[in-house]
Amino acid sequence: MSNTPLLKMEHIRKVFPGVVALDDVSLTIREGTVHALMGENGAGKSTLMKILTGVYARTEGTILWQGKELDTSSITNVLESGITMIFQELNPIRTMKVCENIYVGREPYKIRGILLDRKKIVEDTRALFEDLGITDIDPNEMVGNLTVAKMQMVEIAKAISYNAKLIIMDEPTSAISEKECQHLFRMVNNLKQRGIAFIFITHKMDEVFQISDEITIMRDGTYVGTYDAGKITHDELVRLMVGREITEMFPKEEAKITDVKLEVSGLTVPGLLEDISFQVHKGEILGFAGLMGAGRTEVMEALFGIRKISSGTIKIDGKEVQIHSPKDAIKYKIAFLTEDRRTTGCFLPLSVRDNIMVCSYDQVSNGMKKISIGKEKKVCKEQIERYAIKTPGQDQIIGNLSGGNQQKVLIARWLLTQPDIIILDEPTRGIDVGSKSEIHKMISRLAGQGVAVIMISSELPEVLGMSDRIMVMYEGKITGEVLREEANQEVIMRYASGITDEAV
Amino acid sequence: MTANNLINIVRQVTFWAIIGLGALLTLIGGDFDLSPGSVVGLVSVLSAMTIQADLHNSLVLPILVTIGVGLAVGLVNGILIAYLNMPAFIATLGTQLLVRGLALYISNGRPVSNLDETFTFLGGGSIGIIPVPVIILIILALLTWYLLKYTRLGRHIYAIGGNAQAAVVSGVNARAVKLFTFVFAGVMAAISGMILTARVASGQPSLGEQFEMKAISGCVIGGVSLKGGIGSVYSLICGILVIGVLNNGMDLMNVSGYMQQIAEGVILILAVLLDVFRSRTAK
Repeated sequence: MSNTPLLKMEHIRKVFPGVVALDDVSLTIREGTVHALMGENGAGKSTLMKILTGVYARTEGTILWQGKELDTSSITNVLESGITMIFQELNPIRTMKVCENIYVGREPYKIRGILLDRKKIVEDTRALFEDLGITDIDPNEMVGNLTVAKMQMVEIAKAISYNAKLIIMDEPTSAISEKECQHLFRMVNNLKQRGIAFIFITHKMDEVFQISDEITIMRDGTYVGTYDAGKITHDELVRLMVGREITEMFPKEEAKITDVKLEVSGLTVPGLLEDISFQVHKGEILGFAGLMGAGRTEVMEALFGIRKISSGTIKIDGKEVQIHSPKDAIKYKIAFLTEDRRTTGCFLPLSVRDNIMVCSYDQVSNGMKKISIGKEKKVCKEQIERYAIKTPGQDQIIGNLSGGNQQKVLIARWLLTQPDIIILDEPTRGIDVGSKSEIHKMISRLAGQGVAVIMISSELPEVLGMSDRIMVMYEGKITGEVLREEANQEVIMRYASGITDEAV
Repeated sequence: MTANNLINIVRQVTFWAIIGLGALLTLIGGDFDLSPGSVVGLVSVLSAMTIQADLHNSLVLPILVTIGVGLAVGLVNGILIAYLNMPAFIATLGTQLLVRGLALYISNGRPVSNLDETFTFLGGGSIGIIPVPVIILIILALLTWYLLKYTRLGRHIYAIGGNAQAAVVSGVNARAVKLFTFVFAGVMAAISGMILTARVASGQPSLGEQFEMKAISGCVIGGVSLKGGIGSVYSLICGILVIGVLNNGMDLMNVSGYMQQIAEGVILILAVLLDVFRSRTAK
């Protein structure tokens, strides 16, 4: 065929209110190739794909599809042009059969609109599977009974039946076994021969080198470069992905690190976490790094009694404790600022006061367990001043506050319990720069007071800037422990990508 | 509107308001309860039967039976919903049918009449000029108000209704709190059932039909959110009074019973629409 690339995205810019998500990003895909799209969490890979598939509208830039301007005004238009995206969380209709899933919305009829041609649906599916070399899926099976890998196959088959020329797969191998992965790759290679192109979004280095022809790297919403997969090494790739200097200043103050406060050993949650062990000292900030889905939040949920553990022990001040619920954890003076403010943090319809007080009513109750409204208001006033929460008043509904102020309310809630151990899961995600540095200062101050701090963060500069020690996780396991002095972005990215034994 | 009229309205709404106190707690907790009307029926039959059986005509036995029925139905609802994760709609619709059936079965569908005066005083009597049911309502309303405003349990009800997941993370025993709201609702319905039985001076298995709808509409009209986390005793009383005035007004204007039912349906739908709009503008 001609030299016109299948897809050419040029100078793509996307601005969300207040944030530039993508700035001058370009991507060129040639027919019949596999193109890996790589970058850290938040590098803008998903945003770029959402612009391509018509989910988001771009602010600037051009998209050429087979040399012509692509109409991305609706998702259907893009789909009909031959671009299909298979999402990380597959969304088939689980209660329908495989064949019905493939032809949903365009079922063949015997009598139009009245009588379905069920036989033809099954036959067409069978022919499609035969063509693709899928032998182990029965078109009449319920989709809900299939493994994730087989569901992927079905999704690919569906894409092919739509005459897709470009198939985008977001982390396709994150939930399937090694063997299934090879099976998937064989199928991808077959389809390549027919001129179908793939974009793979993935974090797994070895797979990138095994399957892809070209690699495009993104960083902080910008385009870093496109490289031939045969001519680049692991280390170069890692360096290019993180490649930025730490420019932001983190107000990390020296804190006296003393005795071990918390000791977790052999924590296991079947299918999620394997043999997690670590210690946190008084006055120490322990960072947890890793890619999304590496299991960092799950460790904290297990520790806090939200998730059941199958084995493992938790010791506080050297004594073994049993934590079966958050209530137990709070009793042992652990606090947990969760990752998702809206779903597990804020009581959105309730007031700032109710949100601050929820864990601490005992502090403002008398001997008869009667809450003193006066005391409650006084305590709240102090918290609002101490953490510089900007709110018109205590009775303000928390839903009306900005994200940064909501986060400060939640911090005020947890610090009111006077914890000895505090877990902060992505404490500054989605927060404006001003609030962010206030929160950083507060974290430092806590450590200075002898609190043991555990901080999960997907922002490497934050982890590096704030932590005394960093645990790195990959696929439910701890793959590395790095001291502050030895820590840099490359080391952490290497552990976070599951590369453990290669020489530095 | 005359003073007589006003007393009529208050008498009429008292029974709904007591049920409403229970509805208020379940709604603030983020759920609702469809079984109270049936609890009224079962309590009516059983309390009437026990007062007849008790030779000393003391109120002890009927009161125990009443509280017992309320606790039992509330526990069943609460366990199904909070511990077995059933949707409240289905669970309480189930108990609604079951409990009403039980009332009809036990009474054979017939009313139990000839009740002693010590008992009927609870519904028909007055202390000074204030009817006894109104006194009972005031006591229960104060109790509920105190519970919601001054106790940890009360605040935790707002918390589970405001965001159940966040409540769990904050150390709230969400299941136990939810169970409590249903038990409370059951007991309130039972108390309402007993004094209504005393008022009509006979035990009737079909008593209290659709009272739960009156109670829920009252709450929602007063500003209690169907999504949970928002509401107070004050809003309940206001909402119930609105319903009472509307009902009384329709009675005075000789609106037919069928027409009244249509109007009530419309009011319920409007109240829910109001709630939808309120929560939309809050966003």
